[in-house]
Amino acid sequence: MKHKVATTVNGHPQEHEVEPRLLLVHYLRDVVGLTGTHIGCDTSQCGACTILVDGKAVKSCTMFAVQAEGKNLTTIEGLAHDGQLHPLQQAFWDEHGLQCGYCTPGFIMAAAYLLAQNPNPTDDDIRKGLEGNLCRCTGYVNIIKSVKSAAAMMGGATEKAGERAAAAKRS
Amino acid sequence: MAITTMIGAKIHRREDPRLVSGEGHYVDDFTRPHTLHLAVVRSPHAHARVRSIDITQASKAAGVVAIYTHKDFAKVLSGTIPVTPSFVAEKNQIPPHFPIADKEVVYQGEPVAVVLAESKYGAADAASLIDVDYEQLPAVMDLEKALDAKSPKVHSGAADNLGWDLTYIPDDVAVMKEADVVIKQRILQQRLAPTPMEPRGVLAEYSRGDGTLTVWMSSQNPHFVRLFLAGAMGLPETRVRVISPDVGGGFGSKISPYSEDWLVPAAAKLSGRPVKWIETRTESLQTTTHGRGMIFDLEAGVKKDGTLVALKVIQYMDIGAYMGTFSAFQANSCLLSGGAYNWKHIGARTVGVLTNRVPTDPYRGAGRPEATHLCERMIDLLADAIKMDPAAIRRKNFITDFPHTSHFGLIYDSGAYEKALEKALQMAGYEKLRKEQEEGRKKGRYLGIGLSSWIEICGFGPSAGTAPATGGIALVEAAQVRVFPTGSVAVYVGTHSHGQGHDTTFPQIVADTLGVPYDMVELHHGDTAEGPAFGYGTYGSRSLAVGGMAVHKASKKVVDKARKLAAHIFEAAEEDVVFEQGQFYVKGSPDKRKALGEIAFASFGMNLPEGMEQSLEAVAYYDPSNFVFPFGTHIAIVEVDPETGNADLKRYVAVDDCGNIINPMIVDGQVQGGIAQGIAQALYEEVAYDDESGQMKTATLTDYLVPTANEFPMFELDHTITPSPTNELGVKGIGEAGTIAASAAVINAIVDALSPFGIKHIDMPASPDRIWKQIQTARGTSHDGKEARR
Ligand code: FES
Ligand code: FES
Repeated sequence: MKHKVATTVNGHPQEHEVEPRLLLVHYLRDVVGLTGTHIGCDTSQCGACTILVDGKAVKSCTMFAVQAEGKNLTTIEGLAHDGQLHPLQQAFWDEHGLQCGYCTPGFIMAAAYLLAQNPNPTDDDIRKGLEGNLCRCTGYVNIIKSVKSAAAMMGGATEKAGERAAAAKRS
Repeated sequence: MAITTMIGAKIHRREDPRLVSGEGHYVDDFTRPHTLHLAVVRSPHAHARVRSIDITQASKAAGVVAIYTHKDFAKVLSGTIPVTPSFVAEKNQIPPHFPIADKEVVYQGEPVAVVLAESKYGAADAASLIDVDYEQLPAVMDLEKALDAKSPKVHSGAADNLGWDLTYIPDDVAVMKEADVVIKQRILQQRLAPTPMEPRGVLAEYSRGDGTLTVWMSSQNPHFVRLFLAGAMGLPETRVRVISPDVGGGFGSKISPYSEDWLVPAAAKLSGRPVKWIETRTESLQTTTHGRGMIFDLEAGVKKDGTLVALKVIQYMDIGAYMGTFSAFQANSCLLSGGAYNWKHIGARTVGVLTNRVPTDPYRGAGRPEATHLCERMIDLLADAIKMDPAAIRRKNFITDFPHTSHFGLIYDSGAYEKALEKALQMAGYEKLRKEQEEGRKKGRYLGIGLSSWIEICGFGPSAGTAPATGGIALVEAAQVRVFPTGSVAVYVGTHSHGQGHDTTFPQIVADTLGVPYDMVELHHGDTAEGPAFGYGTYGSRSLAVGGMAVHKASKKVVDKARKLAAHIFEAAEEDVVFEQGQFYVKGSPDKRKALGEIAFASFGMNLPEGMEQSLEAVAYYDPSNFVFPFGTHIAIVEVDPETGNADLKRYVAVDDCGNIINPMIVDGQVQGGIAQGIAQALYEEVAYDDESGQMKTATLTDYLVPTANEFPMFELDHTITPSPTNELGVKGIGEAGTIAASAAVINAIVDALSPFGIKHIDMPASPDRIWKQIQTARGTSHDGKEARR
């Protein structure tokens, strides 16, 4: 027995017939065909599958696709605009916030929500905000730096943004 | 002379824009038309006889296409999973390991059947309907009991449970007697699960028409998989293509071949359809090889003035139920047990023991973290016994003359151990910390400072040292450099990045050697259909010191050919042609220049010297003359709360020396990630089994404690640079350094913090529970807080 599910993914309306037990993460990867959202566990611990559901960070392995009916979903593929990386994507690149990159989409989506809630987080705010995500490669040091730097780019923090503006002027 | 502007520069990684955009391609992102999904039915028991397998219900389930067991696979697979034969010469037994069990299962998670279905949910459903009748057998879980003659056997019918017993150097009682103080200590190394965030996975497509097999898999080592798989499936290597796309971390766990690496391609051949299997996290924790799992019995002697005398090491290694392909490699703990120090004598023996657990194999550091841990712990114990400062005893005994030939015949290429120590002490503010510690203790605050002056061996490796160990294949490295007519450069290598940034660093090397713009150089790896005949993969911090050198060597061959052609074009003698900043000119007329790109274009034309073939391309195999030996000093600063037993890691300072640095940003990233894994071992992680039943108790990430961002401070990093004389780039390895150093630094800090309680040692993970209990014992209260009966 299949169920109809209609969602909006990265701004595009989607309509599919799915098994009621299909997890949202499998819907995104296997039905919609967006493989940027990753799977790293089977107990909702790792956060590799994090996306935004109506703007809120959600581990997409904890929801059924049918529960996303009528919702607005944003995945890592939907962050960049007009070929411009989102400040978080840019910051992870600048600060070497990724190594193997497997955890990265989940971290970036979780961080996007964190910054929406708290545009100017301290290191500890970032640690707490990202405690639902695991990274095995980086030791988190550069992930924290990346989120801080993105906050600065997005105008949250003043100090580093000032530095950047000055640097931009010089060049 | 080429320009050296890229080597040493902080170049942002080229692979990142696609990885941060969700455009990476990991194995689960690939699919082929009509792919079947494979689910594995695994033994729930650590040791059992398989009486029967009933597939009646499962085969009726919706979407099930086939169910295969041992007898089916025996038709298409031959031989057993290979084991490197002679890291340890005196092997006692290597249990034959067929990728799927027949009559007996010997670890929890061992495959007994596979289901192929149209969907992954369908495959999982049907797998649960397969009814296997087991007769449980006693599980061998304890290393020491396993060696007892009366112990049940891991494999029924085996004579004993001994994997190997090798004495490298016998201990020397007479030398030990020269010591004023002798300390004995047992040190445990708990089992760890490597836990790359991307689990393993295999997608295989077999074409019956032309008998070719294409396999996509998450591997650190695609060429070895091709070699082994071709053998097992009876195919020529030319018909097997292994593609390892983006790999989401490996840490050693994706070096060796696994059951599923055989079963999935074989199932594709049997079924005639592409087959995909992606490991679940529980499967990963239960069946991907573990690391560590050792007991060390140690004895060390020192003179009153702090001069080290003798060290005796016995390593008991939990091999698991089968010998991992590179399992015996971890006996290197013995070879490096002396650390950075001069000892008059070192005796070392390694004993490999079979148990009913999943096999152990390399995990980040693979033997060297264990060596550092035992050595640095013993140094601290000796320092404590003679009331000497831990920094002072290290300073006094460091090896200072290089090259240095160790007791085991290894030649340490270069080092400046004291320099790294002093720098780390200075960064940490050592003197001040000691004062704070003293002040704190008066107020009931327990600060601890832990040193770890680590060394390691990496850059595997010289043919003379590695070919005998692998059974014939020298772990050299290959590279191919091709210059296209327009001057673009493609580089093919046999190493394979799984987060290390080779796409960026290798082109940095090529750009400098060829003197071409960095943006014109592109790296290819991870596909056995491309590039040189063989590649050796990425592990053992070998990619730069061996692979990078292969790239450098192939680039130099290209320059040599280009120089010949330039001489021909300039109508000059070859010796008179200068190569500088990517340009050729004749000595004395630097105004008339030709860039390498122009020579490349000419190389495809007709005006070539007699006998020269068209094109500028070269293949190089680089066989290093020696291993390389990075080193450094790490310092951990902890505060232990004696009431809760919690050890708070306040600061972490690391000074590492990996020789010349190609890209400092990537080096620091490697160090940070490595430190995190070492700290994780010291404080959090442990694969736990129930000792009776052999059931794993940590088979999810709820139970297996991979640390989050909350658990780490910002690490304070710096470097010293002592170039390696082993290779022209002067480089060593850095991928494992952090892990090799960190557990000893953290545990030394905790023991230092607890020294007022008379605590001399603590095993890992030093969880609050373990620390608290040890404090209670030391205080003479029992664990429930009552007075201990003594
Ligand atoms: S896949 Fe791990 S939390 Fe969703
Ligand atoms: S970058 Fe590899 S897991 Fe985070």
